[in-house]
Amino acid sequence: MSILSSKNFKLLSNPLNLENPVTVQILGICSALAVTTKLKPAIVMGLSVIVVTAFSNLVISAMRNYIPPRIRIIVQLVVVATMVILVDQVLRAFVYDVSKQLSVYVGLIITNCIIMGRLEAFAMGNKPWPSFIDGIGNGIGYAIILIVVGFVRELFGSGAVLGIQIIPQSFYDAGYVNNGMMIMPTMALVLVGVIIWIQRSFNKELIEKE
Amino acid sequence: MKNFSNTYIFTFSIVMVVIVALLLSLAAMQLKPFQDKNVEVEKKQNILASIRIKSTPKDAVEIYAKYITDSYVVNNKGEKQEGVDAFTVDLKAELGKPAAERVLPVFIGTLDDQTNAFVVPLRGKGLWGPIWGYISLQPDMNTIYGTVFDHQGETPGLGAEISTEWFQKPFMGKTIFKDSTEFVSVKVLKGGAKDDDPHAVDAISGGTITSKALEAMLDSCLVQYKPYFIQNRK
Repeated sequence: MSILSSKNFKLLSNPLNLENPVTVQILGICSALAVTTKLKPAIVMGLSVIVVTAFSNLVISAMRNYIPPRIRIIVQLVVVATMVILVDQVLRAFVYDVSKQLSVYVGLIITNCIIMGRLEAFAMGNKPWPSFIDGIGNGIGYAIILIVVGFVRELFGSGAVLGIQIIPQSFYDAGYVNNGMMIMPTMALVLVGVIIWIQRSFNKELIEKE
Repeated sequence: MKNFSNTYIFTFSIVMVVIVALLLSLAAMQLKPFQDKNVEVEKKQNILASIRIKSTPKDAVEIYAKYITDSYVVNNKGEKQEGVDAFTVDLKAELGKPAAERVLPVFIGTLDDQTNAFVVPLRGKGLWGPIWGYISLQPDMNTIYGTVFDHQGETPGLGAEISTEWFQKPFMGKTIFKDSTEFVSVKVLKGGAKDDDPHAVDAISGGTITSKALEAMLDSCLVQYKPYFIQNRK
């Protein structure tokens, strides 16, 4: 089996579009609203979720034949929680400023439905390597949406991207004002809605039949 | 799917929990020095910011050593206390003690023009969580030289604005004593402070509770230093 066979590649690419966890399966919305006021926390949050989904999938898949079904949800939770704490500790040690902005939301990755969903739906029934790829794919699918939302919100809410001022001072002098709505979580929801709309207009098969 | 015995389930859980516990304690121990360092650097950056000196996480330790020339703790009668390192004082713990037992840190900055600025830490309750900061006074122990405020989770765009420059800048030059004897602190006024009011600044529209919390924090933290300020003013 090659490292990235066409079947495995599908595991990686499907969650980016047709099976996107945020826009198609509508999972993980809560954190997508909370951490996307600025682009940088959105990127770090995306990376953290990629790491957590990938490695939880890997570990659970490796143990899948030894996990007693009666306590499998508990086992999954313990594994996810361990990963999340490790990620949180590493962020605190090496990217302290971002870790402060993300505050409780790193810890709340545990409750991110994408992760438990992938463990139950995929890792419990597949070999470790495909599970790992599936985790990365879903993590990236989540991260992309966060980054797009974070980019738009920071650009229009603060006039900057990654903390660098993009909208020139002359605009402000001419009466341009940052959109305060963009900083509120409401606009993140609206933006996710817009992304879903655009995505569905390109992929007709995603539209529900009446 | 296989049937697992109860013994297996118990053994499995115990082994799993032990492994996880070992892993997490190991990680926590290995990363602790880095995390402590980050907290220390941030504190130094905040103290420097309150005497209007900008620093980055990289050069903060060096700049701190250059500008902060002395530090000590006083009690609420303004007497210096020996044997306590001002930098390591946990203000949250101190504020939980009875007023007479508290040790109150003072950091003394020496600016480029050789004048001193006296930095005292602040801590209070905001709308959603703690707010804190540092305030520096000129040698008259009355005029505010600079401030820095921060918060854990105030509302972005509203209460969170206390950590921004536009909110903090008006504090500069305000005075905390009226007629040099009566302690009045600085009020954060909704509807805007009068330009010539030496004891008030503008509140944040929509951030009333945080503004009021900040006013209360200034008052409750600074009043403890009142004897110290009065005894040491120049």
